[in-house]
Amino acid sequence: MLWQLFITFVKMGFISFGGGYAVLPMIEHEVSSQDWLTTSEFQEAIALAGMAPGPIATNSATLIGYQTAGLTGALASTVGIILPSLILIILVSALFYRIHDHKLLKSSFYGLRPIVTGLIIYAAIHFGFLGQSEQLFSWTTLATLIICAGSIYAILKYKLHPFTIIILSGAAGIVFF
Amino acid sequence: MLHAVMERLTKLLELFWAFLQIGPSTFGGGYAMIPVIEREIVGKRRWISEDEMADMVSLAGSAPGGVGVNAAAFVGYRVAGVAGAVSAVIGITLPTFLIILVLSVFYMVFQDHPKVEAALKGIHGAIIALIILAAYRMAKASIIDKTTTVLLIVTVGLLLFAAIHPIYVIMLGIAAGILLVRIKERLGIKVFMEKQPESDNRKQELIYPEYYI
Repeated sequence: MLWQLFITFVKMGFISFGGGYAVLPMIEHEVSSQDWLTTSEFQEAIALAGMAPGPIATNSATLIGYQTAGLTGALASTVGIILPSLILIILVSALFYRIHDHKLLKSSFYGLRPIVTGLIIYAAIHFGFLGQSEQLFSWTTLATLIICAGSIYAILKYKLHPFTIIILSGAAGIVFF
Repeated sequence: MLHAVMERLTKLLELFWAFLQIGPSTFGGGYAMIPVIEREIVGKRRWISEDEMADMVSLAGSAPGGVGVNAAAFVGYRVAGVAGAVSAVIGITLPTFLIILVLSVFYMVFQDHPKVEAALKGIHGAIIALIILAAYRMAKASIIDKTTTVLLIVTVGLLLFAAIHPIYVIMLGIAAGILLVRIKERLGIKVFMEKQPESDNRKQELIYPEYYI
């Protein structure tokens, strides 16, 4: 079990571009196909992961590890998802002295950036409709939409800190649901 | 001999301690922590130069994983090799790890409480908002010409309708980037591979771009 968690999150770590948002749908896929958590448990795990500092993908790895196999599970998953970053950074630092203006790296990022943008857009769509087994226009959907739109407005207009947004939306959730 | 070992251990401990303090300030991950690192690592401790800082920002934002962890690995490696990278990464991860454990324990006790369930449902909406904003910022920095626009549309189409595994899409993107730049240069078309600053007051954005990759 521990090995399974570790290997799964190593794989996720290698592709967690975009600060981790891009990899969330893949984590969801792994978690449900391995029967670690149900869709609603996963959704709650992501919400909890948003309450701690640090990238949401790493945080959700820790949470999923803890919920499936306790403290050692949390440790195995966290080390798993961080290890690829560590190895890649050390390799690149050791191989290229000047990274900033390296042509091959620059041109690969030129192609990679729009792909990661696409992955994050997909993640947003995926999360918006995840676990939507009830009819499409329910009270839950509407309330989620209101909270989502309100959060975007508050961040762009009032430059609120993400943590404030998380706390406020939690309070809104208690009022709405 | 003993002196050298002690000195090395002290360095590793210093790295661990410095990043342990930076850890909790990386809320939501991403570039929020770059100014903090600059103040602590470049300014106060002088572990890396301003020049290396530019390398750090582009590498930490481009490699997979969180910007914070990547930056820690970069600085740690430059200061004290592989062991340095490991201690810096442990330092930056530990506070979050402990916070998550505490949250998990609370969650296990209160998960069936209706108010807790409602709050988490509310937070779900906020998480979607954060993902949408990340996509928007990323798009602002990455969609800079027709080529990148087409790449974006193809990616979203493939993911939604072809159920192709993202890892292949990622590899395709890297290959496409290298290839297209080569072809365009052959054809004598000038390619800007990064977003160009629009005016002087955008300078800040150029140093700390808002995208994640």
